[in-house]
Amino acid sequence: MKGWADFSYRCGTWWGSVLAKKSVGPLRREFAPWDDVTERPFIEFRNVTKRFGDFTAVDDLSLKIYEREFFALLGGSGCGKTTLMRMLAGFERPTSGTILLDGQDLAGVPPHRRPVNMMFQSYALFPHMSVEANIAFGLKQDKMPAEDLKGRVSEMLKLTKLEAFAKRKPHQLSGGQRQRVALARALAKKPKVLLLDEPLGALDRKLREETQFELTTLQQDLGMTFLIVTHDQEEAMTVADRIAVMDAGRIVQVAPPAEIYEAPGSKFIADFIGDINLIEATVVEKSEGGSVLNAKEFGIHIETASTTSAAVGDTVWYAIRPEKIEISHADTLETDTMVNAVRAEVWDIGYLGDVSIFHTRVDETLAIRATVANRSRHVERPISWDDQVAMSWGRDAGVILEA
Amino acid sequence: MSTQHTPRRSLGSWLLIAAPFLWLLIFFLAPFFMVFKISLSEIAIAIPPYLPTFDLDGGWAALVDDLKSLSIENYLWLTEDDLYWKSYLSSVQIALISTLLTLLIGYPLAYGMARSPKAWRPTLLMLVILPFWTSFLIRVYAWVGILKNEGLLNQLLLWLGVIDEPLVIMNTNAAVFIGIVYSYLPFLVLPLYATLEKLDESLLEAAQDLGCPPWKTFWTITVPLSIPGVVAGCFLVFIPAVGEFVIPDLLGGSNTLMIGKTLWVEFFSNRDWPVSSAVAVILLLILVIPIVLFQNHQQKLSERA
Repeated sequence: MKGWADFSYRCGTWWGSVLAKKSVGPLRREFAPWDDVTERPFIEFRNVTKRFGDFTAVDDLSLKIYEREFFALLGGSGCGKTTLMRMLAGFERPTSGTILLDGQDLAGVPPHRRPVNMMFQSYALFPHMSVEANIAFGLKQDKMPAEDLKGRVSEMLKLTKLEAFAKRKPHQLSGGQRQRVALARALAKKPKVLLLDEPLGALDRKLREETQFELTTLQQDLGMTFLIVTHDQEEAMTVADRIAVMDAGRIVQVAPPAEIYEAPGSKFIADFIGDINLIEATVVEKSEGGSVLNAKEFGIHIETASTTSAAVGDTVWYAIRPEKIEISHADTLETDTMVNAVRAEVWDIGYLGDVSIFHTRVDETLAIRATVANRSRHVERPISWDDQVAMSWGRDAGVILEA
Repeated sequence: MSTQHTPRRSLGSWLLIAAPFLWLLIFFLAPFFMVFKISLSEIAIAIPPYLPTFDLDGGWAALVDDLKSLSIENYLWLTEDDLYWKSYLSSVQIALISTLLTLLIGYPLAYGMARSPKAWRPTLLMLVILPFWTSFLIRVYAWVGILKNEGLLNQLLLWLGVIDEPLVIMNTNAAVFIGIVYSYLPFLVLPLYATLEKLDESLLEAAQDLGCPPWKTFWTITVPLSIPGVVAGCFLVFIPAVGEFVIPDLLGGSNTLMIGKTLWVEFFSNRDWPVSSAVAVILLLILVIPIVLFQNHQQKLSERA
């Protein structure tokens, strides 16, 4: 399926002109306004707190989001991510704190006057209106002249490939088509910020993945600021420039996806994002270029490029992703004194098609997982259940997390 | 693999399906045909007061003679005396106005209930149903005490100094409107509340998010989506209101013309069973047409869903 970009390009109108100025280049361009101290944030939450009775949904939260950014709020249910978005849309009022949009304080601005549009989790399409009327709804509120309105609606229909369904009612559409209508309706008014509340949750996996990529392309082409709320880490990683991981009403870490994944700021994030092995160890040695850890109990001697603020002798966590561990037959190990390696026994193997997950046990208390890509169809000496194996990894494979 | 066989029903399930039809046959269709037959008969000073009465003793020929003597004369009579069509018209008019008034009062009530905190809703619903615990007749009769010239309402208004002379409400159409609105309000509120309560709140948020102020959201989203509830509620008020007898009899005046009253007079005062039967059959037609319309409407809705 080709991106929406092609369609809007042919439109030759507003959407087209947006594209004409920019090339539809690689998805991740060099874009990091958050590193530039002179850059003015487009959306800013300043010490925002929201309480519902005794429950604190958002707890003294501050956050800066920049223009043209695709920003994801990621967290489990009840972490406050949806409340945060609803406060930006105006459906909830902060108990305290300020929300600024493009320099304007949003306090006291009702939802219908805010220059943001939201794509609802349930899509919230008006069941008594056709696809066309749904898309035109927001434009009608602005009293847009009939000619322009018609043009814009047909642009949006083209952009979302819904021309054939213009006259249909929402209940006559499939889930994916409804999702497109919701998107078209939210985009029609060219909002300063598009809010997406779990936008792809109701789609099946394949369609979701396709739509994720289309969303990123669309966001880059339109040059709009997108704020997405999701509990799906894969979705957040795929679409976002930066991810804010939330827990219990607070932001735990804000960083680009790769950084969140490769250099998680805490044990919580390491555990929350993807799969990770956590090994308790003691700091033996530390220097500018890295550290040496010892998990003597398990006979593991770890040398890592990761630095730590913990003192020598302190207990820390060594975190390493399963795909960064190599697994081989134990007899290939030369000696018993190993660096960044450990002997283990295969306890279970999960075959997922593209990769296999090996669950191994070093001893009763320590289990280590390794994922291996299934590159060839036949392996000479496959690793099997109960095999003695060696797990090894490189110097820069893992990170140290303070306990 | 295709399984294209109709499930075989057991005797029990047939009985279950037959039960409501049997009920309707015995208690609706059979009496209807009896009334219909009487409406085609002729008034007589006899017991029962009409002719012919079917008598199987006379054999087949007598039965055929009896059937031949049936005529639509009574129906023609209904068109000759303007009392009847005026009664029908006035009944429909009073029922329409009452339904409209009930809607005007019931909609905000149902809307308020549906938008109230979840914890309150069962209580509010209970309050709507509460009047049913008292007899309908007693409740209507109580309005006499409120509306009459020296009644509670006039005394209150006189005491407040709003009026100098008692308002004449009792024995007017206004009293009938009040009575109908009061009595049938729950029938409108309940289906409407059910519809409004189901309304997805995110639709209202979506409308506002797209720049629609709250009052306009009400008219463009809430009202159109509550139409099924409005239609159901209005029919539940309109249909019984057309044939209403107790309320116009107790609260209405001598010039309140309603078909229920006309029917009563025809049947009991004039003892003209054939004509009153004809009146009843026509009334049934007048009521069946809106019911059929309503059914069609529901059908369309369920097809859409």
